[in-house]
Parts: sequence; C-alpha cells; structure tokens
Amino acid sequence: MILELKNLKKYYATQKAVDDISFSIEPGSIFGLLGPNGAGKTTLLRMITGIFYPDEGQILFNGKPFNAEKDIEHIGYMPEERGLYKKMKIGEQALYLAQLKGLSKERAMVMIKEWFVRLEMETWWNKKVEDLSKGMSQKLQFVTTVLHKPKLIILDEPFSGLDPVNSNIIKEEIFNLAKGGATVIFSTHRMEQVEEICDQIVLVNKGKKILDGTVKEVKQQFKQHLFRIGFDTMPALNDHPSFDIIKQNNEHLLTVRIAEGQSPNDVLNYYLQQDASIISFNEVLPSLTEIFIQLVEGTPGARQFQNVNA
Amino acid sequence: MFFNGKARSVGAKRIEVQNFQASPSNTNTSFNFIAMNKTWIIIKREYSSRVRKKTFILSTLLTPLLFIAVIAVIAIITIKNIKEEKIAVVDGDGILQSSLENSKSVRYDFTAGIDTGNFAAKGYSAILLAPRTGINQTDNFKIITEKSLSRFADDRIRKDINRALENKMISQELKVDPKRIDSIKNRAETVAISTTKRGEDGNMKESNLGVASAIGYVTGFLIYITLFIYGVMVMRGVMEEKTSRIAEVIVSSVKPFQLMLGKIIGIGAVGLTQFLIWIVLIGIMSAVASSLIPPEVLLQVQQSQQGMPGGSEGSSDAIRTLASAQTTLSSINWPLVIGCFLFYFLGGYLFYASLFAAVGSAVNEDAQDAQSLSLPITLPIILAIFIMMNAINDPGSSLATWSSMIPFFSPIVMMARVPFGVPDTVPYWQLAVSMILLVSGFLFTTWLSAKIYRTGILSYGKKPSWKQMIQWMSR
Repeated sequence: MILELKNLKKYYATQKAVDDISFSIEPGSIFGLLGPNGAGKTTLLRMITGIFYPDEGQILFNGKPFNAEKDIEHIGYMPEERGLYKKMKIGEQALYLAQLKGLSKERAMVMIKEWFVRLEMETWWNKKVEDLSKGMSQKLQFVTTVLHKPKLIILDEPFSGLDPVNSNIIKEEIFNLAKGGATVIFSTHRMEQVEEICDQIVLVNKGKKILDGTVKEVKQQFKQHLFRIGFDTMPALNDHPSFDIIKQNNEHLLTVRIAEGQSPNDVLNYYLQQDASIISFNEVLPSLTEIFIQLVEGTPGARQFQNVNA
Repeated sequence: MFFNGKARSVGAKRIEVQNFQASPSNTNTSFNFIAMNKTWIIIKREYSSRVRKKTFILSTLLTPLLFIAVIAVIAIITIKNIKEEKIAVVDGDGILQSSLENSKSVRYDFTAGIDTGNFAAKGYSAILLAPRTGINQTDNFKIITEKSLSRFADDRIRKDINRALENKMISQELKVDPKRIDSIKNRAETVAISTTKRGEDGNMKESNLGVASAIGYVTGFLIYITLFIYGVMVMRGVMEEKTSRIAEVIVSSVKPFQLMLGKIIGIGAVGLTQFLIWIVLIGIMSAVASSLIPPEVLLQVQQSQQGMPGGSEGSSDAIRTLASAQTTLSSINWPLVIGCFLFYFLGGYLFYASLFAAVGSAVNEDAQDAQSLSLPITLPIILAIFIMMNAINDPGSSLATWSSMIPFFSPIVMMARVPFGVPDTVPYWQLAVSMILLVSGFLFTTWLSAKIYRTGILSYGKKPSWKQMIQWMSR
C-alpha cells in the first residue's frame, strides 16, 4: 500500500471536518476521492500532504508513518485553490517550485524542458503568468505538480476550467503517470470523469466515509437489477412474477426490474415463449452520479455549523 | 544570516553520507539541512524578484538624487535671499552718520532729498527716520517700507542701529575709541568654551548636544520609515501569495514557517541592500557636489546659516565653526552608533515584520481590512516616534529610559539616546537589557505570528475576528 489512513480525525471549532476516516490506496492506481462541497475532502488532502496534522489517527506512507518533511518530496499536490506568482516568468516559476520540492537546479531544468516539449509549452519560458489564459496556467500548474516524479500525485479538481481538448491532454498524462507507477488521488465532484478514470473510489460526506471500493464493486453494490431489453416489435406488456416493467423507453426498448431470487434467464425465457423477437439485452448499472445523489441526498445541501467538543 | 557557507557545506556532506548508508542517526541533521536549503531558495526568490523590479531600481537611484537636490535647492534659496537692501537714512542730527556700517545684505544711503513719499520711486526698499531728540532718547527710530523687509534684513538693521548708537555713546561718554572695545570683545570671544561632562570613569568627555540630537533624529526617523516601508512590503507580499492562491501550492513543499521566514529575511536583505547603495551613492554625490561648489559660496552658506555678523569677520567665524563641528563629529563614537543602528534596524524590522506578515495572512484582497487590522501594529511605531522626540530633548528621562527598553519602542527610542553617549547617558546595562528584550521580542512575535500565519494563509473568505485569531494562536 502506498498510502494508508487509519481513523483520521480533524475537528475545527465549529466542524468535524474529518471524522474517523480510514482507507488505503494501492500503488499505481487512480483513486477517486469524492464528496459534495464541504464534505472534508480538502482537509483530508491537506493532512495527506502534511499541511495539517491530524488530531487523531495515523497516516502510513509506503508502510511507514508519514513524515511530512521527508515524504513531501514524493508527493505532488495540486490544490483546488491554486495559483502562481503573476509577475514571475514561467520558466523561473517552474524552476522555483521544482527546487522547493528538493530537485537540484540542473535536474529541474532537464525535467522542465522535457515537460515543456511534451505539452508544447517551449515558447512560454520568458512569458509571465499574467499573460496566460486560465487553461494555460492550469497546464503549467499540472506540470509543476508532477515535475519531480512524485510517487503520489494528488489532484484536486484538475479539470476545472479546462476545455475538452486540454482536459483530454491532461487525462492522457494522468493515465501515463499511473502506467509509470505513480499513484494518483483525484478529488472531484464531477462523477463522469471519475467513472472514466478511477480504479477505486471513496465517497465522503459530512466528514465521514460513506462508500469505498472499485468503481465496478460500487456499481454492483448499488445495482437495482435493472435490465434493458430491445425488441423488434414491442410485445404485449403483461406483469410477470419474475419481473416488473419499470418503463417503456420507446417503441423498441423496455426497462425491467428482476424480482428477488429470479435471474435474467427467467425474463428472457418469458419473452422467448411469447415469441417476441429480442434484439438486445443488457444490464443497467447505476451511474456514479445516481449513486452519489442517492447517498448524499436527504442530508442538508450545505453543512451546518455545530459545536464540537473535541 | 543563519546560512553561512560553512554550515551549508557541512550539511551537504551529511546528506551524501545519508544517501549511501541511509543511516537513521543522520536523518535529523540532513532534514534540517533540507529545511534550511529550502528557506534559502525562498529568500533568494524574495530578494531577487524585488531587487530586479523597476520600482526598486528607480527608488534606490533617485532617492539620493532627491536628497542632494533638496539640499541644493535649500542652499540656492538661502543664497538668493541675501539680496542687498538699499535703505535711505534721514538723519538730521547725524546720530548715525559715519557709524552705520554697510554689510552684504544692507546698504545705507545718507543722500539728502529723500522722504517718505519718494523713497520707493528712487529704488530704496525702506527709509529709516532717526529722531532729532538727541542720542539718549532712542525710542523714536522709524523704519518705513514699501514691501515688508525680510526678517533677516530687519534684524540686521536693528542690530546696526544698536551698534551705531553703542559706538556713539562709547566715544561720546567714555571718550574711548570704540575700535579698542571691539578688539577686547573679539579677544574675549575667541576663548573656546566647551561643555564637558564627567563620565563615570572620571574622564572628562567632550559632548556636543547639537550633533548628538541631530544623529538621534536622523537614525530614529530612518528606522521609523524603514519599519513602515519594509513591514508593509512583507504584509503585501503575504497578501499577494494568499490572493493569488499560491500559498497552498508552496506549503505543500515547505512549512508555512519557512515561507514566512524566507519572505521576512529576503525583504530585510532588500532593505539592507538599499541602505548600502544609498550610503555609497550619497557619499559619492556629496563628494562630487562639494568639489563643484566654489568655496566662497560654501562660506556664504555657512555665514547665512549661522547669521554671522559682518562679512569679513564672519568668514573666519564660519571656518572656526566648521572646524569645531568637525572635531565634535569625530568625537562621536561612530562604530557604536552605526553598530547600534544596524542592530536596531534589523531587530525592529524582525520584530514588526512578522506581525505584519500575520496581518497579511489573515486578510484577503480587501485593502481596508488590511489597514484596520494593521492599526494595532502601526500605532506603537507612531507612538515611538513621539517618545523619540521627547527623548532627544531629555535622553535621561524615565520615559526615554523605560521605553528604550520595551521592544515595541526601543528600535526608535534607543537610537535617539545612543548618540548622547554610552555609557554616560545610556548605561551598559540599559543597552544590554534593551537588546536582549528586542531579540527575545522578535523571537516571540515570530513564533506568535507563525501560528496565525499558518492558519491564515489557507483560510479564504471573510476577515477573521480577533477571537478567531486568538483561537488560531492557541491551536
């Protein structure tokens, strides 16, 4: 395990920002940390990056207790609230941030050049940050985050403000880094990206972990035994003990829920006996968005302030 | 400051050892080295990004020019102001005749036919009417002017009349040649009188209160101004990092304390650089300027500043004053004054800069918030300048003594006292207590500010209340 969190707690004066969260991340995986606004994601990430100390609990990095001063060089963190020195030249800025990560000047220069060529940023060196568009500075930020070849890369909302083309470029780079052995923690509330990118997800809400697993597992866990059947011509719609018809999508598609203890074969058998001409049959798994809404719904949209006696 | 080359090379060796052996016993030292090295990187950025700015270069080069220009303008105005005033004298009884002496600024004319109606038209700036009631009734002199005379000329005329009457009376009543009296007076005046004070060790030391208070004023004000300029520079630097949202990116690489310390030290170095450049530039420029000004003009300036009587005698007086000023300047303990100045500049800067950093971290873009929150910091600085003015008049008073030991005021107030002499005016124990308190003071403010800073730079939204900031401190 590259990272293990054990019963992590961080209380503020009016909030239990992180309330007893544990999970672990395997090396080389892309890990999604999900949750609504104010769920405690940023606080959690700040503890993992050594910016905050947890009130209670333990962080293990590479199997050893997390030592911020030493391990920080193996972590690349792109916070949600991110920026750069506006008046500083881009090349110098990248060099500065790389040196703060412990890279020597010479090594940093090699790495910067490599990345700048890769992302077609060679002409940027002497420009200032204030000359960049939002998407361009986002790209620069990504480069400065991963420049020192961190083992653990933490990206908080990395695609906010990026157009689809640049989003794809960054997404490709994230895949490449993971292939190269880096672990990526990816925090967002944009579920469609998570579904596309992440191997494993954790969902937090109000400081607590409410879901943990691979995307596939989570979908299985929340599946509602829904199947979609495509017909050449719609058969008669009769109820049957082994399934309920949930909805007729159009003239050719039917969504059914299979009753407890029954299998898809029962449904297929029924329609085959009816001589219906089936052209497709597939399971409908819930999207992460649906799961997210289902889990988070009902809790107040914004966190309420509460008194914490910690 | 703490990062001399020796310490770094030791650290560098350690880290190599650690790479090969990975021995845990060395880890602590090498991590301190990493921390120091990163602080050093931050210091370098803070320093070079400011020193390369156009505003820095311009202000550094232009300030001494401005300084010289102001002095030159004052000198020129003073010289221009000493224009000759022609005064017509109506002196029926001849009281003043032959005893009023012309000087550079005033010329008397006894031409007949001038009256109060036509003096202006004939080119005189004033007419002096002497009474016709005899020499002993001297309250009836009248000066009538078209435009009011300069105070300088007015004084001159009064003194000339007094002197003329005096001479007349001496020669008439004592039957003595006034010139003999003058020469006796001159001989008596040339006796040098210096105020001396008995030091604790029994040695007599010469002191010159004027020079000491001038040095006190200049150094005290310099520290006052630089505390503000560089303190606010630190505050705005922190605000920039917070509003541009780079703070969180950086504190994921270094500790907030390192970021704060790096900024404070970097900007302090900018301040020292500016001082050094100014000292060198002012030295060069004043050397060049004094070689350009003809010596007669310098003498004139000297005379007019001193208000010396009579042109020819005045010049020797001026030279005497210059010579005595030089001796008193050399009697000041310059290494002590300069040493104290650098110490109190750095100490005061470190004391206040960290507080300014804390304020900068607590506020957001809003300049008004920054102003209201920094008021409790600027207030003691302003108070200190008032105490300093008091301390210059009475450097031994209990107000001066005590506030020169309180770190909030000591950088400014102590600089007003030190030129008056150590250990006579400022005993060694007071200097020691003041310095120790200032050092522990800035260690304390840095520690306290770091606590506010590390929470402040990461909290966005509205300005925190005092209660919240106290909570941050205790966290």
